Amino acid sequence: MEHKCDRCDKPAQVHEVRIKNGKKQEIHLCPECAAAEGYGSTGGPMAPQFAKAIPVPAQSQRRQITSCSTCGLSIAKFRHHGVLGCPSCYQAFEKHLEPLIARAQAGATHHCGHIPERQEGHMDRQLQRSKLLKKLNEAIAAEQYERAAEIRDSLQGLGGSILGEED
Amino acid sequence: MVGPLDKDSWLGASGKDWDIVLSSRVRLARNVAGVPFVGMASDPDRNEVVGMVRRIPMFAGSETDLIWLEMEDMSDRDRRMLVERHLISHQFADSTFPRGVAISKDQRLSVMVNEEDHLRIQTLEPGLALRDAFERVSEVRDEFESSIEFAFSPRWGFLTACPTNVGCGIRFSVMLHLPALRITDELGRVRQAAKDLDLAVRGYHGEGSESVGDFFQISNQITLGTSEEELLEDFLGAVVPQLVEYERHARNVLQEKRRVMLEDFVHRAHGTLLSARLLGIDEAIKLLSRLRIGRALDVVGSPDLSVIHRLLLNVQPAHLCALSGTDMEEGDDSLAARAEMVRKALG
Repeated sequence: MEHKCDRCDKPAQVHEVRIKNGKKQEIHLCPECAAAEGYGSTGGPMAPQFAKAIPVPAQSQRRQITSCSTCGLSIAKFRHHGVLGCPSCYQAFEKHLEPLIARAQAGATHHCGHIPERQEGHMDRQLQRSKLLKKLNEAIAAEQYERAAEIRDSLQGLGGSILGEED
Repeated sequence: MVGPLDKDSWLGASGKDWDIVLSSRVRLARNVAGVPFVGMASDPDRNEVVGMVRRIPMFAGSETDLIWLEMEDMSDRDRRMLVERHLISHQFADSTFPRGVAISKDQRLSVMVNEEDHLRIQTLEPGLALRDAFERVSEVRDEFESSIEFAFSPRWGFLTACPTNVGCGIRFSVMLHLPALRITDELGRVRQAAKDLDLAVRGYHGEGSESVGDFFQISNQITLGTSEEELLEDFLGAVVPQLVEYERHARNVLQEKRRVMLEDFVHRAHGTLLSARLLGIDEAIKLLSRLRIGRALDVVGSPDLSVIHRLLLNVQPAHLCALSGTDMEEGDDSLAARAEMVRKALG
């Protein structure tokens, strides 16, 4: 008998029987809905070994699998194609990518190379800001309000709010 | 129409260790911040990236050294010619996305826009010249960085569509000719050395290709946790000299202990190239490879290595079609045209 997908009316290709508290539950999903639910893709012939090394999640973890909120790429799709959708995927899938990248990069997990100039400035600014914030807190704690005002002005001169970067 | 490669191109000039190292290549992968990677982007996104690249000063100025080629406007044959010159990838030639490539007049620099990543900047130099290639690619990178903000994370470095390229997003590679190691059955040493040093070994046509004519492309796989300079130093200080030394040692063994066998091997190849009436592509490359080691070891007095290099390119299908002015499928006509071109060049 051909089952239809539980979520849409397409033919189901992923079938699972779960027994919970003595009750049988059948799950039938089409490939798209199965991928959205985090079921592992069988992968095409070109699916790189790299991405395939992501373990298919255990049943209890399936609900935790997310898609990238910026581009919508699911982890199942990444497993299939081995290519990410956008720069934000690195943040969205960080926990999955961390061990894979470390394995492919001889254990390395941090960049040590060239930093683009505008990023360099950005990183310098962040460093300067955190130093000034520390001084500001020290000045306030010591009730040196005139000095605190000077530090506040310097912080404002760096752009963004005193609490952090706005950009 | 894709113009011919002139004497200044990576194929026409000579370089250090040229008898073993055909060319050196450095490739950078970069993506524009805030734009989906090429595979996930919309056509307007992809067109916007093309527009951003074309507006930067090094492309827009009247003094520019770069020629912009819109891939959709090119014939299939011209696209194949760029692949055969190693200026674009197979994947890029076959893609249907809006895309283009900028190529310098000397054809040593190319910038693919909308390949797997938004930008693939590469330089090719003759012989062992990775430092020159790196310096040129760095200059171009700086030009881009002053106009375009790239996707970058302090932890992961430059963010690439395929996470195996993350970090520096850089690939150093050399094209090596290792026929003596094949004859002395020692290619296993190269594969082992490559494995120990985390290097990839590919064939003449790059990713996914088999070695034809004992040409091997060796490149780094590690791109994270080390700087570009350290990677370059590893390549120049250890990797390439070691592989060159293996091949040179095997060549000495052939000259000293198996001279007659070497001469027979080279002269048979030369004879076939001079007299064959039909030549397939793989056979032509295999025979030219044998002639190349014969010329490098003075078993034959001519032609120059640059003539052999030019033939290695011109015997390939798209170049053969362009040179003979026809669009032949691989078959008797193209086999005959290839054999005739080789005879003329060597005769």
